[in-house]
Amino acid sequence: MQKWNENEVEEVKKLNEIKYDFVTNVKPAYQVQKGISRSVIEEMSREKKEPDWMRNIRLKALEIFLSKPVPTWGPDLSELNFDEITYYIKPEDRKANNWEDVPKEIKDTFDKLGVPEMEKKYLAGSVAQLQSEGVYSRLKKQWEDKGVIFMDMDSALQKYPDIVREHFGKVVPPSDNKFAALNTAAWSGGSFLYIPRGVSLDLPVQAYFRMNGALEGQFERTMIIAEPGASVHYIEGCTAPTYSQYSLHAAIVEVYVKEGSKVRYTSVQNWSDNIINGPTKRAWVEKNGRMEWVQGSLGSKITMTYPSSILRGEYASTSNLNVALGIGPVWKDNGAKVIHAAPNTSSKVVAKSISGKGGMSVYRGQLRINPGAYNSKASVQCDALILDDISKSNTYPHNEILEESASFSHEASVGKISEEQVDYLMSRGIREEDARSLIVLGFLDDVLKEIPLEYSIEFNKLVKLEMNKYGAVG
Amino acid sequence: MDSNVLSIKNLRVSVGDKEILKGVTITVKSGEIHALMGPNGTGKSTLAHTIIGSLRYKVNSGEIMINDINLKDLQVYERARAGLFVAFQEPVSVQGLRFINYLRTAYTSLHPEERLEYKKFVEEVKELLAYFGLDSSFIDRGLNDGLSGGEKKRMEALQMLILKPKFIILDEIDSGLDIDALKVVSKAIGRAKENGAGIIIITHYQRILDYIKPDYVHVLINGRIAESGSGDLAKLIEERGYEYYRGGEIDAKVE
Ligand SMILES: Nc1ncnc2c1ncn2[C@@H]1O[C@H](COP(=O)(O)OP(=O)(O)OP(=O)(O)O)[C@@H](O)[C@H]1O
Ligand SMILES: [Mg+2]
Repeated sequence: MQKWNENEVEEVKKLNEIKYDFVTNVKPAYQVQKGISRSVIEEMSREKKEPDWMRNIRLKALEIFLSKPVPTWGPDLSELNFDEITYYIKPEDRKANNWEDVPKEIKDTFDKLGVPEMEKKYLAGSVAQLQSEGVYSRLKKQWEDKGVIFMDMDSALQKYPDIVREHFGKVVPPSDNKFAALNTAAWSGGSFLYIPRGVSLDLPVQAYFRMNGALEGQFERTMIIAEPGASVHYIEGCTAPTYSQYSLHAAIVEVYVKEGSKVRYTSVQNWSDNIINGPTKRAWVEKNGRMEWVQGSLGSKITMTYPSSILRGEYASTSNLNVALGIGPVWKDNGAKVIHAAPNTSSKVVAKSISGKGGMSVYRGQLRINPGAYNSKASVQCDALILDDISKSNTYPHNEILEESASFSHEASVGKISEEQVDYLMSRGIREEDARSLIVLGFLDDVLKEIPLEYSIEFNKLVKLEMNKYGAVG
Repeated sequence: MDSNVLSIKNLRVSVGDKEILKGVTITVKSGEIHALMGPNGTGKSTLAHTIIGSLRYKVNSGEIMINDINLKDLQVYERARAGLFVAFQEPVSVQGLRFINYLRTAYTSLHPEERLEYKKFVEEVKELLAYFGLDSSFIDRGLNDGLSGGEKKRMEALQMLILKPKFIILDEIDSGLDIDALKVVSKAIGRAKENGAGIIIITHYQRILDYIKPDYVHVLINGRIAESGSGDLAKLIEERGYEYYRGGEIDAKVE
């Protein structure tokens, strides 16, 4: 960890502006009028040259969306006006498989974000999306040769309609919640990852989602299918420039963890403060399968995300590690959902939240062990750190243990940084802000050490930035 | 060797409404070892915390200087950068803050002029861990997190050596140490002295002073230095007990 003084904070702030807070000047190749309606959805579907069945799924989902009320049990969503959002913006007609073929403005964007560089150094493949469409996708040849498929979702629908149709909307049906219905109606982009039986990728793949405007909607749709015995690490990165008006991000992620396969899903979200973020992420985990969710959530105005695992086969297991920073006028509603639907399944949830500068962090979890899920094991740990007197943290665990032979533990803690800790670190020459950052990073360490090094270095910097964003915390 | 002076003059300090230190004067020079003894609750730790600048301790009058720098308006971290180091009686723990990350941050904060070679630094820390009889895995443990009393004290002593301070205050560094650890820690204090540090050892026991002989001994009673003397005073205190200072003799014993 580097030492961190005011100059450096300034420096990194500048870097952050270059890195994340900038706008790409592209004239969209195509966009629909704002607001959502049957005709907008039909127009999108036509523009995408989709099969009829997909258009029908969309239209049905639209009805569900229109019939569902905006959720009121969590953060205040009253600002959200579905009529003023633009649901589909296609920045570019072509999709490239080579960075050289990506139009300059767009390539520059992803260069600034470090995506091609990351791909070269560290990844087996990557997909990049700007606004509503994938603009680039590439998988290294050795994996292509083994039958791995990794591309943007729209292309997958064109090339592999049968696989998509078989798996679409099963894990997350449109009726799940209002945002899921919206996504199913208006989805565009996202990534499709298919790992054949027995293939294990030793490098991660990454999908990077970049938003660009205000009052813009991004509704990517991601599907991961790990055939029996396969294994993969999927990384998702998200950023957007800052505007005074909000933008809406509502993804759906459906993960199929088939027998004996393993999927790790790492999400590093560094949204700007005007983003309302409500993705629905869920995995079906079959016998002996393992699903690992790792999520770091920075920025955004409102985030509501509860990655879920449904343990459907015997000895299926899942872990869910979640870090959320609620610093400033933001509401972080995070959690995890696990359903033990088979015997000998196990799950572990660790959620850590930080609230500061008036921020609100909520842990909202659901854990159910069904009758007959013999000898299943579950543990939930949620720790909150509150940095000052004006910030809040709440915990709403919802646990249903319906099987007697199951074991379950739940631990929760709410803490503050003690002045003795700060004094101790300061007595070793460390400035107060840096001392507080170190204590916060220590608190998050359980989870941060699960994020790949390349990302956690960045994440550490971002945490320090967040803490200094509204003036020193404390 | 640098010649530096830490001078504490007529220091009066309160915690809350209560005055704890009622005029304390001690002068420590580079390479000197001072022992500070006295009954429980007499203000020894208060003195240590006040010197490093903890805000909970209010200085009513008097001053603390390093050479000609008055520490009055310096924050805790600035005092550390001026060369002060306190090994606390009860070191706090910070969960998840890996010792090596913490120590590196501390070192680069204290010695910004040096370009730290991380690998070498880690090697040095590992050597010192071995020197203090600690496993090298301590490098990745959370700061003081879950450490035994004696382990914490040894880690404080390790930091004393690696951070190269000019003045060191050791608040009961000997409490909770086993015999072997006591020997190493005493040796470490000797090393710090050789490196030119001026040192105050706060202790209740003669034993550590057998290993590392103080140049001066001060007895703090009720917030005042009741007696100061040479290294031999410690033995005398052990024989007489603090009863000796009760009553009207106090003023007479002050140097
Ligand atoms: N933060 C505090 N709040 C309230 N009282 C305090 C605080 N710090 C010190 N005191 C009081 O000040 C007095 C001196 O305490 P101090 O810790 O300096 O004693 P000490 O000489 O170090 O004792 P010991 O030998 O037991 O370590 C005690 O009566 C103690 O209760
Ligand atoms: Mg004490």
